[in-house]
Amino acid sequence: MASLDTGDSGGHKKGPGVKKAKKLSTRVDMTPMVDLGFLLITFFIFTATINEPTAMDLNMPKDTDKEDEQTKTKQSGALTVMLGKDNKVFYYEGELTNENASQIFQQTTFKGIRDEIIKKKNAVIAAYRTDPACEEKAKKEGKRVSDCKQQDFFVVIKPTEDATYKNAVDILDEMTINDVKRYALMKISPTELDLVKASGGTSK
Amino acid sequence: MTPFVDIAFLILSFFIMATKFKPQDPVEITTPNSVSSEILPTDNAIMILITKDNQVMFTPLAEKDPGVFDQIIQGINTKRSLGLTPAEMANFRKTPAVGVPFTGLKQLLSMSPEDQKNLKQPGIPVLDSATNELVWWINEAKNAFAGGHMKILIKGDGNSKFPTFDGVVSALKRNDELKYNLVTTPEDIPANSDLGRMKREVEGTKK
Repeated sequence: MASLDTGDSGGHKKGPGVKKAKKLSTRVDMTPMVDLGFLLITFFIFTATINEPTAMDLNMPKDTDKEDEQTKTKQSGALTVMLGKDNKVFYYEGELTNENASQIFQQTTFKGIRDEIIKKKNAVIAAYRTDPACEEKAKKEGKRVSDCKQQDFFVVIKPTEDATYKNAVDILDEMTINDVKRYALMKISPTELDLVKASGGTSK
Repeated sequence: MTPFVDIAFLILSFFIMATKFKPQDPVEITTPNSVSSEILPTDNAIMILITKDNQVMFTPLAEKDPGVFDQIIQGINTKRSLGLTPAEMANFRKTPAVGVPFTGLKQLLSMSPEDQKNLKQPGIPVLDSATNELVWWINEAKNAFAGGHMKILIKGDGNSKFPTFDGVVSALKRNDELKYNLVTTPEDIPANSDLGRMKREVEGTKK
């Protein structure tokens, strides 16, 4: 820092006996100020909210008994995912009957379900036959035409009473991650509940 | 040392400017993670909180128009004939969140906001569809926000059980509210996923 020129040096000559005024230092000790500065910096760094919460959209279908308002799905493109206790995940493809239950009903984890979703999605896309009506509609509405390929793909999410809210959010997030266009949160059926119970996925 | 101190104070002023103190929640809630990057609306909304012990709490978010608070509590008071005094109803504005059944509402609103924070609230009943009291709160909020678009925020603790969330959703559904915003903590998008590939494609076309 620049020290102030007190102005007396090199001016007129002082007489004998006049004491030269002692030059006072104008430098201030900055150490306490800097200390305080860093203290404040650490405080604000710690209190700063780095992870601002975000919002995840969830749209629920309207409960309806009217035939024409209900969403129709093809059984061939359906994947049903059930959430049990202790982060257990169960799933099956297509339609569940008494005969095929033991073959198609399977258990996995939240890590494993992503591969199943991708596998099923790719299978649906591979079975896609060009649907001009859908593609035209997508073009008109400015949506991606490639979405038509997965129009038959439908994921049904059925949490049991033992599933946590985190499980539900995780599986909904999985829909976003894997770009699944059609999915729904539904109530579990008694048959499915029995199967989950038999596999130790729920106690209720 | 001077340049060093200069920088330090520059950082300090940045943090002072950038810090926005978040409003204190009545209960601590650890939200689950999601890849969503949408910014949370903070006004013109109602917030439904689900604690880790499956208790449901309700609060409107209306900083710009606090009259909404009065309208909601007056509506509840008349429809459920709770006999609240004007002072108790005025206290609703300062209440962090309501988490009591209607029978306990008078007592809650007679307390000061400081005492309310310390009170362990039992939660609004939602599990039984016959006694789902959240339906009433949402209905009043809908009336109070009439005209403006009301957003619905659901802030649930990751460890809360699914049936509570289901009860909240059924209360909303009974009021014909079908679009919600779930409050989540952001996490990274897995690179090797369809969403990750889509994001990269969009960024690629921008460049």
